[in-house]
Amino acid sequence: MPSLPSPELVDGAFPAASLKRRSLSFSRGCALVRLTRAVEFSSSLRYWRPELSAEENLRLFGPCTRPHGHNYRLEVTLRGEPDPVTGMVVDLKDVKDLLEREVVERFDHRDLVADTPYFEKQVPTPENFARLLHRLLAAVLPSGLLDRTRLYQDPDHWVDVLSAEPEPPA
Amino acid sequence: MIRSTRRYRFAAAHVLASPSLPEAENRRVYGKCANPNGHGHDYGLEITLGGSVDPVAGWILPPAVLDALVQERILDRFDHRLLNEDPLFAERVPTAESIAVVVHGELAAPVAALGPAHLVRVRVVETPRNTFDYGEAI
Repeated sequence: MPSLPSPELVDGAFPAASLKRRSLSFSRGCALVRLTRAVEFSSSLRYWRPELSAEENLRLFGPCTRPHGHNYRLEVTLRGEPDPVTGMVVDLKDVKDLLEREVVERFDHRDLVADTPYFEKQVPTPENFARLLHRLLAAVLPSGLLDRTRLYQDPDHWVDVLSAEPEPPA
Repeated sequence: MIRSTRRYRFAAAHVLASPSLPEAENRRVYGKCANPNGHGHDYGLEITLGGSVDPVAGWILPPAVLDALVQERILDRFDHRLLNEDPLFAERVPTAESIAVVVHGELAAPVAALGPAHLVRVRVVETPRNTFDYGEAI
């Protein structure tokens, strides 16, 4: 029976990167694996820059100047070599707890502007929000573990923040 | 590095048959897809941009600007149409691969002209089981 390609390759999420990484890893007899954990949360927000006039805010941001909300979905991809004993890159329970603490408790059923300190100097666009989440997670995860942060504002708009490629082994 | 993606959709018909091949050969190569009366799909179209984030507006490109561009250049042109009749497919069979390449060609220059954004990838989702990418991997 022919072997199926890995789900990662079927999905097409990171085909080129996976192949590159896999050939690199095979040559060293170990395997870099990526895993993704998702959380969902709902927040309210509005775009408004106090240094701009009301007319300028309306021209720039349109209906986003009004209070509204989104069902966000955050997909956090981690990378690493599985531990030879446990077979795991990381304990998913730890990842689940970390995302609950760092993301859900901070942002779920809150107003991003009024209830958090992060959007006083920037509007909560998906670009700014995804970069913030990537920074918050990179600060609490072991160095090199965070591969990417994907934030869906809704099913039709999402932003990826990609960590720099890991250094190839010397 | 940051990437921003928006998803659109259009419904279109096509016939997969190369004018340079005899009908029997088209039938052999494309199977059911060569039906001369056509068939169609609800296409998903994902447009991924890269670039710098505007420090005031907080985005790579205003979503409304990309939406208007995709509407004018792609959706108004392809939605509820037979793709084979579009001059963009005069020289190529309108496979999903061709759609991805053609959409990339239509959008890359206008996106670049809008400022610091650049078109990174076009993904065509022909059915929930078939997806085609053209551009950089993300």
